[in-house]
Amino acid sequence: MIAPIPSSGAVSDHSSPLDSATEARARAICADHNNDPANLLEMLHDMQDEFGYIPSALQNVLADILNLGKAEVHGVISFYHDFRSSPAGKVVVKLCRAEACQSMGANGLIERILDRHNMSDFGTSSSGVTIEPVYCLGNCALAPAAMIDEQLLGRVSETSLDASIATHMQGGQS
Amino acid sequence: MSMILYIPDDAAALSVGANEIANRFASQAEARGLDLTIIRNGSRGMLWLEPLVELETELGRLAFGPVTLDQVDSLLDAMQTSKDHPLSLGLTEDIPYFKNQERLTFARVGLIDPLDLNAYQASGGLAGLKKALDMNAQDICSEVTESGLRGRGGAGFPAGIKWKTVLDQQAEQKYICANADEGDSGTFADRMLMEGDPFTLIEGMIIAGIATGATKGFAYIRSEYPHAIDKMKRAIAVLEAANWLGDNIQGSGKAFTLIVRKGAGAYICGEESSMLNSIEGKRGTVRSKPPIPAIVGLFGKPTIVNNVLTLASVPIILAKGADFYKDYGLGRSTGTQPFQLAGNIKQGGLVEKAFGVTIRELIEEFGGGTATGRPFRTAQLGGPLGAYVSEDMLDLPMDYESLAQNKAMLGHGGITVFDDSVDMADMARFAFEFCQVESCGKCTPCRIGAIRGRETVEKILRGENVASNIALVEDLCEIMTDGSLCAMGGLTPMPVLSALRLFPQDFDRTPVNPTAEAAE
Ligand SMILES: Cc1cc2nc3c(=O)[nH]c(=O)nc-3n(C[C@H](O)[C@H](O)[C@H](O)COP(=O)(O)O)c2cc1C
Ligand code: SF4
Ligand code: FES
Repeated sequence: MIAPIPSSGAVSDHSSPLDSATEARARAICADHNNDPANLLEMLHDMQDEFGYIPSALQNVLADILNLGKAEVHGVISFYHDFRSSPAGKVVVKLCRAEACQSMGANGLIERILDRHNMSDFGTSSSGVTIEPVYCLGNCALAPAAMIDEQLLGRVSETSLDASIATHMQGGQS
Repeated sequence: MSMILYIPDDAAALSVGANEIANRFASQAEARGLDLTIIRNGSRGMLWLEPLVELETELGRLAFGPVTLDQVDSLLDAMQTSKDHPLSLGLTEDIPYFKNQERLTFARVGLIDPLDLNAYQASGGLAGLKKALDMNAQDICSEVTESGLRGRGGAGFPAGIKWKTVLDQQAEQKYICANADEGDSGTFADRMLMEGDPFTLIEGMIIAGIATGATKGFAYIRSEYPHAIDKMKRAIAVLEAANWLGDNIQGSGKAFTLIVRKGAGAYICGEESSMLNSIEGKRGTVRSKPPIPAIVGLFGKPTIVNNVLTLASVPIILAKGADFYKDYGLGRSTGTQPFQLAGNIKQGGLVEKAFGVTIRELIEEFGGGTATGRPFRTAQLGGPLGAYVSEDMLDLPMDYESLAQNKAMLGHGGITVFDDSVDMADMARFAFEFCQVESCGKCTPCRIGAIRGRETVEKILRGENVASNIALVEDLCEIMTDGSLCAMGGLTPMPVLSALRLFPQDFDRTPVNPTAEAAE
């Protein structure tokens, strides 16, 4: 795996202590979810939406608020593919590599897209494009499928993906 | 002149530009001074025709598709002047793909604005729930049992029996959980239903609550489905405002509240006990059974876990009666199944048919064969844990028993087609890889077996000791089948062994580099 390269401006030391503003926001998010440990996944989603990833120092805060062991919190975060321990690039591209997309050439497509971004495996490119594998986006009749940020794409080709990535890199939506 | 157009906001339609098409129609209409209403419906399920635009006429809805941005203007010209257009498909309901279906669960999907409660009621919505409110719990469970409805999530367990078990438990709190994790490749019916007719799922959940004494529900939706999550949340708000959800539904004294839970990218969370752990905010590891969730489920309380399609089939069963539903289907597979045609198929989409339709009818008559036009080689039925079938199996009827007798399974009704360029040894490798990535790690046959399986198939692919490595894979499959705690490890052998059994020639690799073996 290529080590993810933090996008400019993001927190670069992932293990650094939390700044007080981040911690305050984290506490507010937990409070929004009634500080109830059953809502941990919801809290983590909200935190990742806001911070871009789950800083490891947040685990202590969560353990403290929810009255859980730090290992328990870490166990949950590491179990789920969605939660990142370091920031993603400017754009997150999920390429489906499950069977239906494979039947329409997804493997070759993935190789070519990685190649175009000078990557030998999934990860983040030097230009800040994070490319991740995903197993089915529910768009299997219009394979191969991809998702850029939260925009679902069907019948993608190298050309159409390039165009979408470029638009999203410029902050556009489609 | 005024005009009404239907343009889906189903995620699949959006993925090929439905929003851009809708925007273009809106701006063109404005420029032309045309009084245009655009209704964003669910998809009709003919996904290869998306974006499919429908024009309301007094004869019925006329279909046009697949519409591209550069054709919108000429299409609008044709619509305004009632002239023909190259994209014209005639009346939607006369398109054979649609006409030859038997739509019960999906009756309303694509027909209406999914969040329009009046349109929902006008097309038969809430009739089942209204009936349920006048029935006692026992009778509702009996009606569902009588209909023969079986779980659509894969295992095919009779829904009414599960409900009755929960009804029989004494507990101060019981739960209804809709399993909307739909992680199987080749499936998208849950997504289409939640986006195209969320009220039906919710109605089914409320009925399940009344039938079992459960007052709280969760819909666990995978995070890969942002559109479905959004639709479901908005549908819940509409029903709350109309007092169909809440502490005292329509003054009946019955309570039911519903919460959407977003998954976090773990396939195993579709397994029911793993899902319950996930809803509780924990790691999604599988729980040992017994106890079953119907007795000790969410937060230790009696819980119904049903697939989206199972729950969404309940309103029509209540509204029209068990006998009506039972009339569809074959043997012990009663009713209809929303099949999903996926992968390398010309006309991919959703086809709801009574059980008993053959694989060939689905792939050839509905699907029109492969998308690439190359010869058909295989189809995987029922997702990543399901078997591959060969051409000579295509005349099998799609029902639980016939497929099981032929070492295949229906699963969630997905059919993923492959042309002759597929390498079945590589698909077997992928089955192990998928299990390795998605295993919850709780038991050894699955956690370690998947890794060993992948490595061993990779050796076969390289032509290393092919015969003995095939024997090793078969042994490993036996251990996984017999020793795994859940169907993740237990069924991964299904695609692997079906590939080996039906396509042995693909495993017959000659070493690319004969010295590689010696070097190892
Ligand atoms: C690995 C694995 C994944 C599963 N994924 C799903 C799923 O995504 N959706 C689903 O409804 N059932 C899934 N199931 C089946 C559930 O465990 C359970 O049988 C089902 O939700 C019960 O509902 P039903 O009786 O209505 O089918 C899965 C099972 C396993 C072993
Ligand atoms: S079979 Fe796999 S997924 Fe199922 S409990 Fe065992 S390790 Fe977990
Ligand atoms: S397999 Fe790729 S979207 Fe379903």
